[in-house]
Amino acid sequence: MKKIFQRPESLKQEPFRYCPGCGHSLIHRLIAECIDELGIRERVIGIAPVGCAVFAYDYFNFDILEVAHGRPPAAATGLKRTLPDRVIFSYQGDGDLAAIGTAEIIHAANRGEDITVFFINNTTYGMTGGQMAPTTLIGQKTATSPLGRDPKTAGFPLRMAELLATIEGASYIARVSVDSYRNLIDAKKAVLKAFRYQMEQKGFSLVEILSPCPVDWKLSPKESQIRIQNEIIPIYPLGTFKDAYQESTL
Amino acid sequence: MKKKILMRGNEAIAEAAIQAGCRFYAGYPITPQNEIPEYLSWRMPEVEGTFIQAESELAAINMVYGASAAGSRAMTSSSSPGISLKQETISFLAAAELPAVIVNMQRGGPGLGNISGSQADYFQAVKGGGHGDYKTLVYAPYSVQELWDLTLRSFDKADEYRNPVLILGDGIIGQMMEPFYPNPYRKPDLPEKDWALDGCKGRAPRVIKSLYMGDGELEMRNIVLQTKYAEMKKREVMADRYYLDDAEIVVVAFGIAARIALSSVLRLRREGLKVGLFRPVTLFPFPAQELFAIAGEHIRFLTIEMNAGQMVEDVRLSVNGKSQVLFHGRPGGSLLTPEEVEEKIRQVCCSHPHPVRAALNRWDA
Repeated sequence: MKKIFQRPESLKQEPFRYCPGCGHSLIHRLIAECIDELGIRERVIGIAPVGCAVFAYDYFNFDILEVAHGRPPAAATGLKRTLPDRVIFSYQGDGDLAAIGTAEIIHAANRGEDITVFFINNTTYGMTGGQMAPTTLIGQKTATSPLGRDPKTAGFPLRMAELLATIEGASYIARVSVDSYRNLIDAKKAVLKAFRYQMEQKGFSLVEILSPCPVDWKLSPKESQIRIQNEIIPIYPLGTFKDAYQESTL
Repeated sequence: MKKKILMRGNEAIAEAAIQAGCRFYAGYPITPQNEIPEYLSWRMPEVEGTFIQAESELAAINMVYGASAAGSRAMTSSSSPGISLKQETISFLAAAELPAVIVNMQRGGPGLGNISGSQADYFQAVKGGGHGDYKTLVYAPYSVQELWDLTLRSFDKADEYRNPVLILGDGIIGQMMEPFYPNPYRKPDLPEKDWALDGCKGRAPRVIKSLYMGDGELEMRNIVLQTKYAEMKKREVMADRYYLDDAEIVVVAFGIAARIALSSVLRLRREGLKVGLFRPVTLFPFPAQELFAIAGEHIRFLTIEMNAGQMVEDVRLSVNGKSQVLFHGRPGGSLLTPEEVEEKIRQVCCSHPHPVRAALNRWDA
């Protein structure tokens, strides 16, 4: 009998210990499937960030470097320049990439580093207990914005994909979501494309992935999916923001 | 035939790094070390290495972190304020046991300070610098010759101990030009980097990390690190001694302050004063036992530093009350002069080694 579904080789035989309904397990699997399909597991080096996904090294079945908060694009630069034929990706949250690591991501993109970045946007700091992130929506209540984010004192949701798309050195910038099967299929296409760009030495690629955090949002997994569709996507629209090689868009 | 060449201190470090097989450099401009990135910006491509002018000191040290994890010999350099910025990842390098060479051409502080030579980062260099219980091996060169030799050595020691190594120079030694022997690099037998990340082809995946959340896990990691530092203390201490055989006053100084103090000691020796110089070459590990062995009731120590008094604390700890330990220093990037040091040594000579006993003697008389 033909096997049509199995655990990707790029994932260890380890059950995910992320919270119920958390997007990280889905996105880990998505990345692992793409790495398997591209047959690059033995030449991938991943970077685990500071945040919930620091534990990525417990799940991914390939080499992993853990890096200080916000610095993965710099460390990825060091890895890639040393080993140009390996496939290097960083996996970063919105605190990591859009707050403490804004300088690193902008300059890695601007140098056109041949790396791939997966930017997980769940509009909050998950691991530290649901504080306000640069991506938090206006009015969203968090542990450090108990009355809701007030743009007068706390600024506006930062749209990283749009911002990075203005940078000449960046080759492929897209935003996807894992809230529904439909969007998962598009997300997978974007992840594959981002990896392919790197493998073809086409330069910097980044996929922003809207992801649920039911525990810190104080919603059920189902309600979290609905929140992404009704509240988050209108602020963070899905799509391809830059494709320097003009291939078919999503 | 060995021939001397003439080079500026900063450029000697840069070329020595190339000779030692360093193939990755990332840095950010800051005076007085700019000759290092400027030299490597054209020299690295010649040897097919990587030079990156990073967007910040934070990025530069993290690029080094990534290159080192991939198995490359990697270096960054900066000066005091920039080294403060790098401390986060120096702690990560130490925790993840990644080799790297970090050059600090110190300038006056605190804050933005000034751009003249200083030794005010001694504490930062030898007591850890970043967060957590860790140590870096610290070399304090006092000539361009030593900049060359110790740079070659630093890359080997970084690999041997899988630990960051700090070269603690200053603005004067970095800018100074003098002839030196460009001793050839001979690579010692070092183990394969069987921990490096290069893709898991034909082997189990590797992880390089510093997060240990399990019960007691982090304590065990710390014990491993401390065992390594204890080994450094046993095997890596380096110090130079000048006229110590019959010295009654022992000047203790490192780096450029030692170079200045040596002129003063030589002059006073000609006058017949029993003065010598002890110069720590490694600041961590500190030559504590060596200093203790010299100490005694009739020996007095005078620590000379270009700061407000930092190494003097380690000299006092080493001597452990066996000798009087005095201090003279110039903070804020002001230059010590040989005359000034000479004058200070004369004062120590003329003052009584035991002021209380001297007072009692006068009373008796």
